[in-house]
Amino acid sequence: MSAPDTGDRPPGAAADTSSQSGLAAALTPVLTVAASLLGLCLLWGLAAHAWPSRAFPGPAQVWQVLLAEAANGDLFYHLGATLGRVAAAYVVAMVVGSVIGVLLGSHRSADRFFAPWVVLFLNIPALVVIVLAYIWFGLNEAAAIGAVAVNKIPNVVVTMREGARALDPSYAEMAAVYRFGLLDRIRHVLLPQLQPYLAAASRSGIALIWKIVLVVELLGRSNGVGFQIYLYFQLFDVTAILAYTLAFVAVMLVIELFLVQPVERYATRWRRRPA
Amino acid sequence: MQPVGAVVPLRVDIAEKTFRSAQGVSITALQDLSFEVRQGEFACLLGPSGCGKTTTLRILLGLDKDFSGSFQLPEGGSDRIAAVFQEPVLLPWRTVEQNVRLALPKNLRTKNLDGLFDTLGLAGMRALYPAELSLGLARRAALARAFATEPAVLFLDEPFASLDERTAERLRHLLLTVWSARPTTALMVTHNLREALMLSDRIIVLAQRPAHVLGMFDVRLPRHYRNPQVMSDLLRSFQQKFPGVA
Repeated sequence: MSAPDTGDRPPGAAADTSSQSGLAAALTPVLTVAASLLGLCLLWGLAAHAWPSRAFPGPAQVWQVLLAEAANGDLFYHLGATLGRVAAAYVVAMVVGSVIGVLLGSHRSADRFFAPWVVLFLNIPALVVIVLAYIWFGLNEAAAIGAVAVNKIPNVVVTMREGARALDPSYAEMAAVYRFGLLDRIRHVLLPQLQPYLAAASRSGIALIWKIVLVVELLGRSNGVGFQIYLYFQLFDVTAILAYTLAFVAVMLVIELFLVQPVERYATRWRRRPA
Repeated sequence: MQPVGAVVPLRVDIAEKTFRSAQGVSITALQDLSFEVRQGEFACLLGPSGCGKTTTLRILLGLDKDFSGSFQLPEGGSDRIAAVFQEPVLLPWRTVEQNVRLALPKNLRTKNLDGLFDTLGLAGMRALYPAELSLGLARRAALARAFATEPAVLFLDEPFASLDERTAERLRHLLLTVWSARPTTALMVTHNLREALMLSDRIIVLAQRPAHVLGMFDVRLPRHYRNPQVMSDLLRSFQQKFPGVA
């Protein structure tokens, strides 16, 4: 961010120029993203205009359906149901996957024994897990969330296992000599070292989880975005399908921008800013 | 000042410590290593590089339990040990002050550390992260952490080895200032004879691997008398007693 101090420039002047260029630098990525999305919309509109079909509505039609669904409250009800499942499955997958991953990463013999299990679970198709969960545990919320979590846990395990292997033993030794308590060790020694791995697992996790949640809803739930998409699929209503999809993608984008990124900035505040 | 805390001396009696490499080769690092550090005494473990000094310290710190023999740490007082490692080993994601306070027992977390930070010249740096410190300042923070815990025994593992001589010299003086304010039983590992002569009450000289005690060298002179002239006299008498060492 800040260039190395090159000489005896008055500090005030330096601050002025940097705040101006800072504003421009902050706006440029936002404008780029906006222009890029606008371009995509335009392209979509042109294509829909060139090939008019009920199966390929333009952005304006989708927007109208979106507004109508929002006005009657359906949109928020189903978005809320899906978001709740995503959040629950995410928390379960991250906690369980992290614990297993760290244990495997720090115990070589356990890792050797369980590594084939991890590969096995990594390769079981999501659909199979969902169907089995519904058959074994019934068409209920716990089975739905559990099935999504089980799909994600092996990915978290693999990432966190790498994280645990990369732990610096000198910090653990320091903590042992100074008799850190268990909670202090987890909070101040372990988690900060695992933070990049947690961030990576979270990022890939949320994207994967919400896609699987839609399948779970399609197969065995009576609300949520997945249920709505299945409903409109049977009605052959592509406009509504696109409206729900875009609404959910927008929600995930907002979560990324206003939750994930700020949290990440806070977690890495101690790192020296790249010059 | 009266030595605080420790009533029992630090007693080390390691029969053998052997490392086994992945290829099955075994190396004996320590053999029949026994010595004692009296309470409130600053002792140096002096020996050539790779002779097993750090290994000894790791055993005493409880980080390496795979050895035969025994040792006894000073008891009484705070009943805690503190260490200054070769690298500062500060948590990069916590500020200097948080690093120091985290090492304290829960009931002392909020104690006043102004005096300690002032003495070590860290008063203005308490809110900085370790990455923002120079190497010398990071060592001072590591010293602050060790002394803040008011340990019964303090272990130092070549804490000034990777510093330039001027910075190292300044830190040695700082170390002495803080230590004199509360003379703790201390054992410092070093291969630097001058450093050992300047800081310690007694030097424990180790032989090449497998390490065992070659002999003791007592420096009875109070530290403020150890000017350059006296130091070179000390150096000469040390070399007479231990020809070929350092």
